[in-house]
Amino acid sequence: MAHFEKANSLGEWFEQRIGLSTLNRVLNTEYWIPKDINFLWAMGMLLAATFGLLVISGIFLLMYYKPDSNLAFDSVNYTIMSQVGYGWLWRHIHGVGASIIFLVIYIHMFTGIYYGSYKRGRELIWLSGMALFVAFSAEAFSGYMLPWGQMSYWAGMVITNLFSGGSLEAYGLVEWIRGDYVPGDAFLTRFFMLHVLLLPLAIIGLIVFHFGALRLPHVNNQQGAEIDFKEAAELYKAGKKKESKVIPFSPVFLSKDVFVMGVYFILFFYLVFYNFEFAMDPVNFDPADGLKTPAHIYPEWYFLWSYEILRPFGKDVGLVAFGIAQLALFFLPFIDRSPNVAPAHKRGLFVVWFWVLIIDMIVLTAMGKLPPTDPTFALIGKLAAWTFLALGPILVLITSFEKKIGKGA
Amino acid sequence: MRELKIVAVVVAFSVLTYYLVEPYAHHEMHKQVDAQGVEIKVESHGFTYDGSDDIAEAERKGDVALAQKKKAFWAEVADISKLKGDAAVGEAGFALCLGCHTDTGTNLGGVVPPSLEHAGRIYDKNYLIALLKDPAMASNVNHKYADTLLHPMGSIASMMSDKQQIADVVAYLLEKKAGEVTPEEAYDEACMRCHALRYANITQLGKTPSFKQEKDALAHKIKVLDEQDAIKAYMGKLPPDLSMIIRARGEHFMETFIENPQSQLAGTSMPRVGLNHEGYEKVKEYLTEAGDPSKKAREDLGPWVIGFFVLFALLAFLWKKHQWRELH
Repeated sequence: MAHFEKANSLGEWFEQRIGLSTLNRVLNTEYWIPKDINFLWAMGMLLAATFGLLVISGIFLLMYYKPDSNLAFDSVNYTIMSQVGYGWLWRHIHGVGASIIFLVIYIHMFTGIYYGSYKRGRELIWLSGMALFVAFSAEAFSGYMLPWGQMSYWAGMVITNLFSGGSLEAYGLVEWIRGDYVPGDAFLTRFFMLHVLLLPLAIIGLIVFHFGALRLPHVNNQQGAEIDFKEAAELYKAGKKKESKVIPFSPVFLSKDVFVMGVYFILFFYLVFYNFEFAMDPVNFDPADGLKTPAHIYPEWYFLWSYEILRPFGKDVGLVAFGIAQLALFFLPFIDRSPNVAPAHKRGLFVVWFWVLIIDMIVLTAMGKLPPTDPTFALIGKLAAWTFLALGPILVLITSFEKKIGKGA
Repeated sequence: MRELKIVAVVVAFSVLTYYLVEPYAHHEMHKQVDAQGVEIKVESHGFTYDGSDDIAEAERKGDVALAQKKKAFWAEVADISKLKGDAAVGEAGFALCLGCHTDTGTNLGGVVPPSLEHAGRIYDKNYLIALLKDPAMASNVNHKYADTLLHPMGSIASMMSDKQQIADVVAYLLEKKAGEVTPEEAYDEACMRCHALRYANITQLGKTPSFKQEKDALAHKIKVLDEQDAIKAYMGKLPPDLSMIIRARGEHFMETFIENPQSQLAGTSMPRVGLNHEGYEKVKEYLTEAGDPSKKAREDLGPWVIGFFVLFALLAFLWKKHQWRELH
């Protein structure tokens, strides 16, 4: 037992017990962030805020949602949407938040790729980030099952069918996942459990790890410059703020984050109130019906690019290509052989590779939704899928030949 | 400024992606093409009916005889429409209608004949004329019947063949059956006999009353099930509950589908209902009340929340300026 004096104030009482001021110093006022950044560095904060909104709105929805295949649709569309005060608001926030969080995730990811923030000490940030992407994808998919509309049912059917492994015909595995021959009550209840318990727990754990992994290598900056954080911090603390290359997380970095967040929430709530159909597909307002296949089955927009890597090929090749696509980005820190941590526009061919990747993923996204019965769309989709698969080896090649950028460049 | 350039790039790519996966993809998905691959434009005619869609459909099928028949039919409708009807004379003709349209909820030939209480208010004049001439042709479901007489209302042809008589009955409806109509009444008369609306507690037999005894509730439920079986036998399947239809289908689909179900769902057994613009607006209002009751609250609250965040962003901007003033 350590020695404790009698506390003279509540603040002091806490100070003695959990060291609030130390905590505040370590996490806020003396957590150093490079000064040379732009608004893209606020995406992490936007993600945290949006995840917070999803948790809060989710808790409210959870109070009335019924995970039962006979009751689910009406508990969402009748009880929550028309009987519960502001139930519609929570649902729209939840639906739009789930969709828009992926836009921010993609911007966050591409920012990391552009500035080379995934290598030379930052590998774990990238890997945990990718794990978060996978966890969020599973969270989004399981949540999409819950309203038990036509798209929930048929998306559940299609995605769980993937586990039959093409020619392996592992239907036993598919049934084990579904708990039934077709998506039904057992299926809905287990996805409910995943959505509200297991996956959120995993996500929260991964977020903590993601933040932790950031601590030692520090946040990257616009030039990818190496910074002596200790020295820069001393400079800042000595009042030489102009000369110092760093700023404290709170309040300086935070003030910029909060501003970006304000602008983001204007857009976010515009979507919540006036333009939500991109996130709440009208087809899903038809109740699930196993005897009526919708004319077009498509995933939400954020899965379309990988769906389009699956779709243009035969079932076995398609599955393999799909599997590669899901894992490929994980390996980025290891297939990028370049010694440089620098923004793409300073890395020669890499900048071309980067924009080809962006455009290719947008093309894949568009083709993933367009009907493949049109031969032109099918062909464009197939070419884009091949391009995506080729981009990996090409990256190894061009980064192997990349010259080291001299200091001061 | 560098930062604004980055914003422009991010916004441009996001908007492009949105355009491709939303408006463009949905247009491509719901595009209808004829046998030559030419796009068929499905457009609303403002809830007026002249048979042009029906004739075009027959022509696309290459059924020349049917197209001719439809042309002649709708030309005759237009002729009758020009006649001056006498409501007083029409009252006698209307008495014939009451033989079936009894408002007692009795199923006749597959469905309950609808109440005609506001027929002159919610249905289009030309449609009413067409319906009295040949219900199957008017509703554009003649493909279901080898012989018009098989239509539950097919016997009308033998009851009312005189052009002037049809004009008189329609004049009567437009004058005497055209009182103020509530959204619920419009739904009851135009849709309810086939489509339940469970979020408004409505079945094919109307609003479900509250029962003190469970066995009375069950007895009522059996009646509803029997009615649904009869409709199922007549329509081929039970028409869907419309509780959420207002969110499940877009405006354009609703308008063109209600004007002419065949335009969006070729071969469907759903008849054209013949609503005029007011009738459609009333039905839409009722469907919105059932399926999207928060629409108004959403539109009212939106500006306040968005306004809050505009103010929030403004203050945050000033704070940021203040925090960063000594840094560069």
